[in-house]
Amino acid sequence: MPDYEQHRYDVIVIGAGGAGLRAAIEAKLQGRSVALVCKSLLGKAHTVMAEGGVAAAMGNVYPEDNWRVHFRDTMRGGKYLNHWRMAELHAQEAPDRVYELEAWGALFDRTKDGRITQRDFGGHRYARLAHVGDRTGLEMIRTLQQKAVSLGIDVFMECKVLRLLTDADGAVSGAVCYWRPSGETVVFEAKATVLATGSIGRSYLYTSNSWESTGDGHAMAIWAGADVIEMECVQFHPTGMVWPLSVRGLLVTEGVRGDGGTLKNNEGHRFMFDYIPEMFRAETAESEEEADAWYDDHANHRRTPDLLPRDEVARAINTEVKAGRGTPHGGVYLDIASRRSPEYIRRRLPSMYHQFMELAGVDITAEAMEVGPTCHYMMGGVRVNPETQEATVPGLFAAGEVAGGMHGANRLGGNSLSDLLVFGRRAGLGASEFAEARAGEPVADPAQVDAVVADAVGAFERDGGESPYELHHELQTTMQSLVGIIRTGSELEEALERLSELRERAEKMAVSGGRAYNPAWNLATDIPSLLTVSTAIAQGALARRESRGAHTRDDYPLPDPELGKVNFVQRQTAERGFTAPIHVGPEPLPEMPQELRDLLEENA
Amino acid sequence: MADALPASTPVAPPPGSPDPVVVTDATGETEEVPEEPEAALESPGEHPVDYLPAAEEEPTVTLRVWRGDPAGGDLVDYTLPEEEGEVVLDVVHRIQASLAPDLACRWNCKAGKCGSCSAEINGKPRLMCMTRIDDLPEGPITVTPMRTFPIVRDLVTDVSFNYEVATRVPAFAPAPPPPGGYRMSQVDVERGQEFRKCIECFMCQDVCHVIRDHEDNKPDYAGPRFFIRFAELEMHPLDTNDRRELLRQRMGLGLCNITKCCTEVCPEHIKITDNGIIPLKERVVDASYDPVAWIGRKIIRRTKRAPDEAVEWSQERAGAGVLGQQGDAGGGVAWVPGADGSDGSDGSDGVEAPDRS
Repeated sequence: MPDYEQHRYDVIVIGAGGAGLRAAIEAKLQGRSVALVCKSLLGKAHTVMAEGGVAAAMGNVYPEDNWRVHFRDTMRGGKYLNHWRMAELHAQEAPDRVYELEAWGALFDRTKDGRITQRDFGGHRYARLAHVGDRTGLEMIRTLQQKAVSLGIDVFMECKVLRLLTDADGAVSGAVCYWRPSGETVVFEAKATVLATGSIGRSYLYTSNSWESTGDGHAMAIWAGADVIEMECVQFHPTGMVWPLSVRGLLVTEGVRGDGGTLKNNEGHRFMFDYIPEMFRAETAESEEEADAWYDDHANHRRTPDLLPRDEVARAINTEVKAGRGTPHGGVYLDIASRRSPEYIRRRLPSMYHQFMELAGVDITAEAMEVGPTCHYMMGGVRVNPETQEATVPGLFAAGEVAGGMHGANRLGGNSLSDLLVFGRRAGLGASEFAEARAGEPVADPAQVDAVVADAVGAFERDGGESPYELHHELQTTMQSLVGIIRTGSELEEALERLSELRERAEKMAVSGGRAYNPAWNLATDIPSLLTVSTAIAQGALARRESRGAHTRDDYPLPDPELGKVNFVQRQTAERGFTAPIHVGPEPLPEMPQELRDLLEENA
Repeated sequence: MADALPASTPVAPPPGSPDPVVVTDATGETEEVPEEPEAALESPGEHPVDYLPAAEEEPTVTLRVWRGDPAGGDLVDYTLPEEEGEVVLDVVHRIQASLAPDLACRWNCKAGKCGSCSAEINGKPRLMCMTRIDDLPEGPITVTPMRTFPIVRDLVTDVSFNYEVATRVPAFAPAPPPPGGYRMSQVDVERGQEFRKCIECFMCQDVCHVIRDHEDNKPDYAGPRFFIRFAELEMHPLDTNDRRELLRQRMGLGLCNITKCCTEVCPEHIKITDNGIIPLKERVVDASYDPVAWIGRKIIRRTKRAPDEAVEWSQERAGAGVLGQQGDAGGGVAWVPGADGSDGSDGSDGVEAPDRS
């Protein structure tokens, strides 16, 4: 009888954001026993921050819209690095997932004839984002949370997962965790494990991501021997708040630009007109008059360049600031005050108004906002089978931001919330079928468990070692300055050296106090994930010697057509863990069928 | 006093780097340790120095924080140099990084969206991430945990009461969609949308005297957060459940005497009492005390399920363990509305539960 708490389930889902909840719901609906394990309280995952909406080609506002256009927009946004089959499934299934959410109680904003309304967003040919004001993420997570509770799914909240358990064949068979409130160990034995752990933003100094976004799932997948891809593709959202420092990095939704806001430099010039890339020239307005007319008449005018995909806008802002045309606090201006009435702004963007007023004392109906690029989203992640979301290690599945392939080199706004629903469901289904077919019961190896726990509590036994807060801060500054929005070979190499030093220092972390709700210890157990993920990002960035989508190399400023045909895959082999090496190498992208290739060539 | 941490090596921004790096120095907890002045950043368009240069009388900020566990605790003062534009949570983080590494604090988004960082600041329930230091009066700022919930450690409380109540709310139960999908107009969804802005910060639950001052009421009182959840469901154009008897008999709607403390603390400015609780009370009264409506229910086939079904279901759920912070997880019975769209039984009105309306 082990002296730690232990549970056995068919399926465990790690992470209770949109993807995790949807996966757990699906596995439960399929009749499996399901546990949902999450690091924060239920309903408070990073999904709550999503503001824009869920992209789905429902055709409620533009009947011309259909899944093929959505597929095309997604591939172009991703600079064709996406897994075509994931992009296809996503475009096809998103509408059903949105209607399903409505059937579970979500209250979206409506069109005049009572259907779910859809808004414009960067990179989408037609207005297709279902939304509720600017709090669609909250609506989604709350609806899914309420559905999960009504189904009686067991939820283990404030429970941190340290490491996945593997059996003798290398298949994943559960996880070793600890309760944050008490610090006590808890072990799960499971036939199928779904990772839905979200993002990696806490590796950077300025990020829109929540506290829990430390890349735990990415790291645990790597340590279990699974492949990850595109780790170099980190999206820097163009418009995060830059002042005051307490809110630097927090997101200003693209919806502000969708509703009429425009970007200006310190000369008052709408500079995005100077940055229209060839690929988007045909469908982007050339003059301010045309852009302004587009808001009300999409049919006869082309869209404003303020709504180019995020990588283009982030780079443009970066260039303007470096050239000295930025704001006093290092950003550019986002102006909606001079373009829409105060009533319109307060009605369409209530939480933007609220956020700026309360935290920065800025009235967005009267003055412009200071915004700049912030680390926002991780396109890279666990390599999965597009239909089942199974990883390259048996028994392991991944969905949502932790999975890679769906968004290629750059994600379109609105495509994440839809990704969560489509692939959350598929992961739940895949895990459920795998669990049903898996022979024998998964059994946790006590030696494995003891080793993981001993590692984690080792920090209490060292006197006067490294402070986890110090290490975290140094990691963040290293990534921010050397692996940020513009990268260069020598800096990436320097970053890798620094990360190697930080890994050594991390083995000597020390914390004081007890195990119960000890944030220093909690951070100490997050640091290995952050180090692994940061190493993978830097390695991937060094390996990909081109600029594509969100990945920009100063020393290789153009896309290389040969590299556009490969994924950079990373994995650990014999040695595993946060001090073990991660191997990186190119592998060809999956081949797209001809009919979809033809689709990409057509004009909309 | 805790030892000062070694100063981190300042990192000079590499040439051409777009985001110059500022490294925070972790010292600065007592008057005896002078703060090292930071080098000014040189790139054009960058923000000015992060710190005020060390002056003779540096402005400081003092948080008076409750430290302790279920066995007991005390208020402890922490003083740091003040920094521009901070919120209470920023100062808590700096205290963790320099003075008290194990100061327990729950937070997540730091943007007023997740509802994790609820605390009582100078006695008033506030989100720590949305309370600017500048807005508070001079002098030590008292930061204490939410009083209504059991202590875990320091500022962290056990809010599982709220998750347990959630399992007893009968789910949304729409009829199947008509061809072409559900239709609802914007004006019809707006009432529910107001309530769905709730970020579950639980400060309304914390401040409500019915449970704040009377622990023994908890099993019979859902609290303001859940009253608006019930309101949202009852006002949902597509819902077919009727939860009014449940509200009256089991959820303690009648215990609310509309003092509106909940409305006052809601960070989303939801009009909990006026738009949620009072209309619910009116609907409950219609269901229970209007003799004409009672007769009507007996005679006419209703499209909503009988109110008493909800009561019965809830009685089955009572005591089912739910979400464990400490391993008490158990799923319990789920009440998923049948696809048959039955409208329930004739609904006996012979209720035994004490009348609290």
